[in-house]
Amino acid sequence: MTGSLFERSETLYRRRRAANRLMTGVMVLAVVVALVPLFFILFYLVTKGIGGLTLDLLTQDPNRPGRPGGGVRNAIAGSAIMVGLATAIGTPIAIGCGVFLAEYGQNRLGTVIRFLVDVMAGIPSITVGLFVYGLVVLPQKGFTAFAGALALAIILIPIVARITEEMVLLVPRSLREAAYALGAPRWRTVLRVVLPTATPGIVTGVILALSRIAGEAAPLLFTSLGNQFFSTDVFQAMDALPLRIFVYAVGPYDYWHEQAWAMSLLLVGAILVVSLIVRALFGTRVTVRQ
Amino acid sequence: MAVTTLGRSGHRLRLMNRLKPGDWLFTALVSAAAMVVLVVIGGLFYELTSGAWPSIREFGPSFAWDTTWSPSQGVFGAGSFIVGTAITSVFALVFATAIAVFVALFLVEIAPRAVARPVSYLVELLAAIPSVVYGLWGVFVLGAFIRDQLGPAITRAFGWAPFLDGTPLPTGLLNACLILTVMILPTVMAVSRDVIAAVPRSQREGVLALGATRWEMIRLAVLPYARSGIMGAAILGLARAVGETLAVTLVIGNRVGIPDSIFDPAYTMASVIANQFTEVESDLHRAALIEVALVLLVMTVLINVVARLLVWRVTKGQRAVVLE
Amino acid sequence: MRNTGILPTEQDAARERHPAAAGQAPEPDSQAQRAALRVENLSAWYGRKLAVADVSLDIAANSVTALIGPSGCGKSTLIRTFNRMHEFAPHARVEGRVLLEGVNVYDPGIDPARVRQRIGMVFQKPNPFPTLSIAENVAAGLRFLGVRSRAEIGDRVETALKLAALWDEVRNDLKKPGIALSGGQQQRLCIARAIAVEPEIILMDEPCSALDPVATLKIEDLMRGLAERYTIVIVTHNMQQAARVSDATAFMLMGEDGAGHLIEYRPTQELFTRPQDRRTEDYITGRFG
Repeated sequence: MTGSLFERSETLYRRRRAANRLMTGVMVLAVVVALVPLFFILFYLVTKGIGGLTLDLLTQDPNRPGRPGGGVRNAIAGSAIMVGLATAIGTPIAIGCGVFLAEYGQNRLGTVIRFLVDVMAGIPSITVGLFVYGLVVLPQKGFTAFAGALALAIILIPIVARITEEMVLLVPRSLREAAYALGAPRWRTVLRVVLPTATPGIVTGVILALSRIAGEAAPLLFTSLGNQFFSTDVFQAMDALPLRIFVYAVGPYDYWHEQAWAMSLLLVGAILVVSLIVRALFGTRVTVRQ
Repeated sequence: MAVTTLGRSGHRLRLMNRLKPGDWLFTALVSAAAMVVLVVIGGLFYELTSGAWPSIREFGPSFAWDTTWSPSQGVFGAGSFIVGTAITSVFALVFATAIAVFVALFLVEIAPRAVARPVSYLVELLAAIPSVVYGLWGVFVLGAFIRDQLGPAITRAFGWAPFLDGTPLPTGLLNACLILTVMILPTVMAVSRDVIAAVPRSQREGVLALGATRWEMIRLAVLPYARSGIMGAAILGLARAVGETLAVTLVIGNRVGIPDSIFDPAYTMASVIANQFTEVESDLHRAALIEVALVLLVMTVLINVVARLLVWRVTKGQRAVVLE
Repeated sequence: MRNTGILPTEQDAARERHPAAAGQAPEPDSQAQRAALRVENLSAWYGRKLAVADVSLDIAANSVTALIGPSGCGKSTLIRTFNRMHEFAPHARVEGRVLLEGVNVYDPGIDPARVRQRIGMVFQKPNPFPTLSIAENVAAGLRFLGVRSRAEIGDRVETALKLAALWDEVRNDLKKPGIALSGGQQQRLCIARAIAVEPEIILMDEPCSALDPVATLKIEDLMRGLAERYTIVIVTHNMQQAARVSDATAFMLMGEDGAGHLIEYRPTQELFTRPQDRRTEDYITGRFG
């Protein structure tokens, strides 16, 4: 064999080390590239939105189009109502589904349902809106907050279901066995021992799902439609913050744009605060993706 | 029905404790909740298919490639929307994956924990920003940047090339492409990161012990092992890009037709639905829009299925809770 | 350019040939051979936890040195400091010196990749690269060394597989994936992979712990043969194995501080027949461990 491999690799070694440095540099560069948009989005949200963030914005309803002033109280209330209603509809189903997957899901049926839940999570929200439009809006002959909430609930279900499953599975076996040893039937064990233990994680999941659906406008376009006026009637059309941002963003008036920025700042601020609180309370295993 | 689906755990249960009424009810309730998922997905396909039926009957399969979309003449083909969706989402897929994989490698292989955690959190923050806010930013900030800086720079440098010439408009394909890239970046990054972290330590050590540099370790041990999972991550991102609605609707310019240039206004499937559905001019127009939604649904479901299988193969189901 | 790599300068080499003249401590009588590796006052931490405390020893060239001791005594950590694999663990830290031909591998400016090229390693569980064939597995490290020609790669793969006593079993299956082999064959494949890059020292961290007795014997035979060309350091929790294969044995024990200490280091036969330390005697006679 020819000479020592080690010695003949000297120049190559310098090249390898340079390649290593170069690629490390590329990785750092990629991080910078990924963070630049975040910085600019947050920067513009604050600088363009802070001016419009007034008490009027929170307490007034929109003026007639073209007349500066007014606020988006109706949209804030609408978002709160529909998100709340969606949670009320979706959470029990989602938790039930998650419990099913964790308790009875270690077989083929469970695998299928789990897979479908994942598929459901990937369905575009605009098609969910169309689905509810055909299911509720057409038969009822009207856009309603209820339909909007239903669409949001469909988006929330897979998120909360998978989190519930994971959290229930994290409950130690010993706890469950202790309950069985006392002669508790399964349903009591799950309701009294397993679910309470898993509650912090499930609550995290629900909160994060909330901050996700609070930002959704696509499923509301054909269900709750939006509403210029303040309304708390769930069987009427209702406004929501993301819907109003959408309308104002494409609208012709400068004060609309200013209010759109202010609403965006409000929305993103609320989502970030919630996510930070959840992170501080429950750690990092759970993240939210819009 | 619910009782027969109990499987192994059910068997254990019966041995321990004959099924009591409470257990029966409980099992029935959670099974019913699980069935809701089936019903929703089934209902979605049924509802969209029946809603789209007049259009399916009228235009047949050519709906997928015909580029005429004329509500006034009652002629509808989704070709240009499919092209718009394909261009924007493939662009986003390529660029987001390229960036995301390097970020993920940095987080797993290079950065100390004290750096990796905050950086990871910041990148994932991008996923917490609502679509409509991206749209707003795209219209007023990115649009101006494209018109005044990025666009002219591209035409100066690459104006000779087809598709890279033309007048840089603030809203159009390029804006949508860039917005989508940023929007799917956190998804692709987070899944790639989990997949890369799942590469066994023994693989890395095996290469390092041969005298590999860190980059050689990544190329030889990490990337081959994680490859299919990273592909899954990229395809999950693709599914998001394909279904993304409001941000794209705001920034793509909304014009029917096959674009000639990266600066041209265009339409995607999701954005044409968002834009036209509340103002349909005829029942056939409505049915055609629902058919677009059906095509979109089928595409995203297929893409998702492929992606999940790929990711699952690498991480073997052991993953952190991931909310899509 | 200054020598920032780990290639020894002429000065270093001279010092190595005449250690006493260069002011180094004279080698112990039992280690009259040239030291391939000299460990001086080495301590290793995981975060705040001290895992190895102040170990000094010389490892003779072209011999098999065994590190034995009960589990948790730091022997695996110690061997991983020799080629700087230890720092791969989170929050890992090392103090002290590991001298390879007189150069401290922990000197700033020394690239761990270079160290590992000269000090190879075989791990507890065989870890062939799953996406590569048998031949590609063996050739994996060659590309770092600039071996490009197919013929040379083929030659080197064959030589390494022969040295690892695997050639006869796989010569017709070189294109098959490495993970298709049995556990014992996989481990010999990993040994072939390690020797293909022509290291001077091969570290083996409990290489037989995942193998059956027959495969274990094969690897032990192999080690004896390899010692003619290479310096071998093996970690084992199996005293019989150490007695069978090694020339010198180091016995380690976890002290009251929870860290691993070197208790006794002598030619294997002496250590097993006439241990100088009570604790060694207790261990080899099976009174604890």
